[in-house]
Amino acid sequence: MDLTSTFEALSALPAQDLTFWQDFFLKFYRAFLEADRWQQYIQGVGTTLLVTAMALVLGIVLGILVAMIRTAHDQQRPGHKNPVLFILNLICKIYVTVIRGTPMMVQLLIMAMLIFANSRNFTMVGTLTLGINSGAYVAEIIRGGLMSVDKGQMEAGRSLGLNYFQTMRFIIIPQAIKAILPALGNEFIVLLKDTSLITVIGGKELLYAARGVMNRTYEQMFPLLGTAAIYLVLVMIFTWLLGILERRLRQGDRR
Amino acid sequence: MIDVKHLSKSFGDHEVLKDISEHIYPGEKVVVIGPSGSGKSTFLRCLNLLENPTAGTITFEGVDITDPKTDINKMRQRMGMVFQHFNLFPNMTIRKNITLAPVQTGLMKQAEADEEAMRLLKVVDLVDKADAYPNQLSGGQKQRIAIVRALAMKPKVMLFDEPTSALDPEMVGEVLDVMKQLAEDGMTMVVVTHEMGFAREVGDRVLFMADGRIVEQNTPAEIFNNPQEERTRSFLAKVL
Repeated sequence: MDLTSTFEALSALPAQDLTFWQDFFLKFYRAFLEADRWQQYIQGVGTTLLVTAMALVLGIVLGILVAMIRTAHDQQRPGHKNPVLFILNLICKIYVTVIRGTPMMVQLLIMAMLIFANSRNFTMVGTLTLGINSGAYVAEIIRGGLMSVDKGQMEAGRSLGLNYFQTMRFIIIPQAIKAILPALGNEFIVLLKDTSLITVIGGKELLYAARGVMNRTYEQMFPLLGTAAIYLVLVMIFTWLLGILERRLRQGDRR
Repeated sequence: MIDVKHLSKSFGDHEVLKDISEHIYPGEKVVVIGPSGSGKSTFLRCLNLLENPTAGTITFEGVDITDPKTDINKMRQRMGMVFQHFNLFPNMTIRKNITLAPVQTGLMKQAEADEEAMRLLKVVDLVDKADAYPNQLSGGQKQRIAIVRALAMKPKVMLFDEPTSALDPEMVGEVLDVMKQLAEDGMTMVVVTHEMGFAREVGDRVLFMADGRIVEQNTPAEIFNNPQEERTRSFLAKVL
């Protein structure tokens, strides 16, 4: 007997006559199989991954920019302060402070209801907000990585007559990457999970799909547990991939 | 060659160098000794502007390097420096450590720099380490490579900042031998060190520093056998 006819036979019965497993089956069927609802989850996962990827790229671009400005500013020689760098550094500092000092959810609501109040593309507004948010954290990760390289390395590079950028490019950044990549991986996983927040402004990702199903079927348990399971599997896959990457990095560590 | 006039350096309220004037002549080997905290390392690091002087001027081959308009990178290309903690670049092979600066500053083509690296490695007897990474070397080997790396830029003067202080005792000799060789070849050298034997043997002139001042200076023979200042006498009594 196939699932559809089982479902139809059971749903014709009065609810109080069903056994526990029959009830379980009915709810599961409604949450995932009826009207091919599983496709909505798949679409949701697709959007979630796309939003994560775009926000990550934006976050990394912003993060590199901010980290470069702040590091360059901090490493100026005394008496050689550059006024442009001073202004840029101030902007970067305010950016990092504000973003890290306010909740992600509040940032989303401000972006969706105040700044982009007229936009209907909620998913993109959410992506933009996530990217800007992530940028502040990525900036600090990169800055921390650059600062973790021994001061003597910069001195050795400069004492040989290399300029600041040459020393950064050939000596400091290659060493900093080993400290940066694992932390960046963690940030990526946090970002993946945080995409679920954009559902509050109407971004059409995985949790949004689950809520759609919940509204249709008046059934909460399976859509929610299903969503949690999907996030868990995604995070476990990426954690596993990160582990491989970190082992690779350690193998290449010739210090 | 290097002319220092009224050099002062403060870290916050702490005055590390107090109005130092000094001249280093071409070919001269100047050894700087003194108790820790006397400012001798800071003095050395001011010579190539790794520390920015608070006041005073430093002139290298007629160019005022403390002038903000001076291209300090160009100046540093002709001043080699060797650090207490070697500061080799752990992310590159020895060969790359040596050739990076000559190639990137446009002093040599890669092939030319490779050739020069091998020639210098032969001098310090480390040819077989050309493709090793710094972590595969002993302390003494690292410091010999650090000297070679500085020499690859064909500097006019070499600054040594306590080059043997971080070494195991049995490795001090091999590094000092390379430095003696360099001295014999006529390199101008400024050496901050605690190796009194080296100062005596190689130095043309010894500066004794204490509390941010050059308290006394003379030939090694005079300063070790006949120190004039009480401060010098008490220091030498402790280290000799």
